[in-house]
Amino acid sequence: MSEHHIKLPEGSIEKTTTTLNLGPTHPATHGVMQNILELDGERIVSTEQTIGYIHRAFEKLAERRPLAQITTLTDRLNYCSSPLNNMGWHLTCEKLLGVKTPKRVDYLRVIIMELSRISDHLICNSIVGVDAGAYTGFLYVMQYRELIYEIYEEVCGARLTTNIGRIGGFERNFNDIAFQKLEKFLREYPKVLKEFENLFQRNRIFMERTMGTGAISAERALNYGFTGPNLRAAGVDYDVRVHSPYSSYEDFQFNIPVGTTGDNYDRWLVREKEMWESLSIIEQAYQKVQEFKGAEADVYHADVPEYYLPPKVDVYTKMEALIYHFKIIMGETEIPAGEVYNSIEAGNGELGFYLISDGGRTPYRLHFRRPCFVYYQAYEELIKGSMLSDAIMTMSSLNLIAGELDA
Amino acid sequence: MALTNETIKARLTEKFGEQVSGFTEPYGMLTFEAQKELNLKVLNFLYDDEELKFRFMTDMTGVHYPDNKGKELAVVYHLHNMTDNIRIRFKVFTDINQPDVYTATGLFSAANWMERETYDFFGVNFVGHPNLKRILNVEEMDYFPLRKEFPLEDQTRIDKDDEMFGRG
Repeated sequence: MSEHHIKLPEGSIEKTTTTLNLGPTHPATHGVMQNILELDGERIVSTEQTIGYIHRAFEKLAERRPLAQITTLTDRLNYCSSPLNNMGWHLTCEKLLGVKTPKRVDYLRVIIMELSRISDHLICNSIVGVDAGAYTGFLYVMQYRELIYEIYEEVCGARLTTNIGRIGGFERNFNDIAFQKLEKFLREYPKVLKEFENLFQRNRIFMERTMGTGAISAERALNYGFTGPNLRAAGVDYDVRVHSPYSSYEDFQFNIPVGTTGDNYDRWLVREKEMWESLSIIEQAYQKVQEFKGAEADVYHADVPEYYLPPKVDVYTKMEALIYHFKIIMGETEIPAGEVYNSIEAGNGELGFYLISDGGRTPYRLHFRRPCFVYYQAYEELIKGSMLSDAIMTMSSLNLIAGELDA
Repeated sequence: MALTNETIKARLTEKFGEQVSGFTEPYGMLTFEAQKELNLKVLNFLYDDEELKFRFMTDMTGVHYPDNKGKELAVVYHLHNMTDNIRIRFKVFTDINQPDVYTATGLFSAANWMERETYDFFGVNFVGHPNLKRILNVEEMDYFPLRKEFPLEDQTRIDKDDEMFGRG
């Protein structure tokens, strides 16, 4: 060591690597999660992910709640696409109870689910842009996420934690304003998405920042339990909507975009293409919804009196309605015993619900298969040896949502 | 020819005989159990067999059945064969006083955190796990919260001063 080197204080350990705490609250982590990075210069030697900062014990809480009250818990999993989680939960309950939903309900659900998939992908992709230094795209597309939130507002009254839908269908029929807003969205959004795409897709700086970073092979991705866009970016065409169709997805024509390298750029591209597919699904679904005329156009829920709240006017005038109303509100309906696993294609992968009922009023056990919890463990493998700035991009392009990670 | 529940069942009984049992099909998903010492053998067989090919671990979790003496804790694996698109559920039961189960991390990298979560909430000790420590709860915690002996707080309790939180 020459004289020009800074002398380490007496008794200090001579360590050649730097330890960096990224998070738990850091603007670049987009959520409460901590990474203890070991750096050699700017290269990452190893990392340890610490999660659980916003753990709220949903699985335990669910053991005391009747089915309808668990929907609000699912809102808070992936809060960028709450309606998807809500629908996943309703579908799980319906599978357990053996409820068959009318076609119109299925199509309306598809509209809501695809809208929220767009809003989820939009956030993720624009945040990848932000982490590459392109703030404009993010601010620009937020206006159009707003249009989606306004549609939710018309349907259920809420925007972020939506609690949308009920077991068997929707709480109310879509009104004309909701459809007008949907039309407005379908009219205005493609142009914006195209602009957003132009901003990034062939942008030299963006491509060089994302290509080849955070890559994973298809075998490793499968072994790590990747699902959703992250798995498809690695080249596996697994999509729950196609493999085990739910909510009448089999009635729609759409493509599953697949990547090849599984790097950040491919993940971004897959999400981008999926937004176009979602738009086309929404258009098809809207067309199908418009085909229902007369009395059929008023169908917005299945007939499940034990779980679906009766209209208020009936509660005041009819005995059964009053009884059902009371039982649903007080959570005194006995759930049939059974064991069911149901999954949907959520914004960032396969969102599964494993529900065990022992015949009581609340689930005996409920487990959420949260996609980002499963794939976040691959983070170390994804970023080992790469630069710190690439690690930040990899984190955002994985679409990690702290609420879902910690449940 | 697509793989069916009957074929899987036949293959398993052919290989393991009486050691795999309790075949049921709740909501169409083949469910079975085995002794906990066999969990890796069964998982390996399901993974390696050229016909079965259950090479994707969808989910893994625990369940606590306090009345099931000697077999209080269940570890539930959900496996997926993506080529034939068929799912199965596989369970092993363990004594709560000695909750040792072999880890599946050697087979599925995905099992790493899922096992940590199961350990965190149920206290299942995964033998051979590379880094078995709590994941969502604080490390100082000395109990396993999803076990049934920890009830949620009684909502009607009146001995608690909740004035500060607007519930008093």
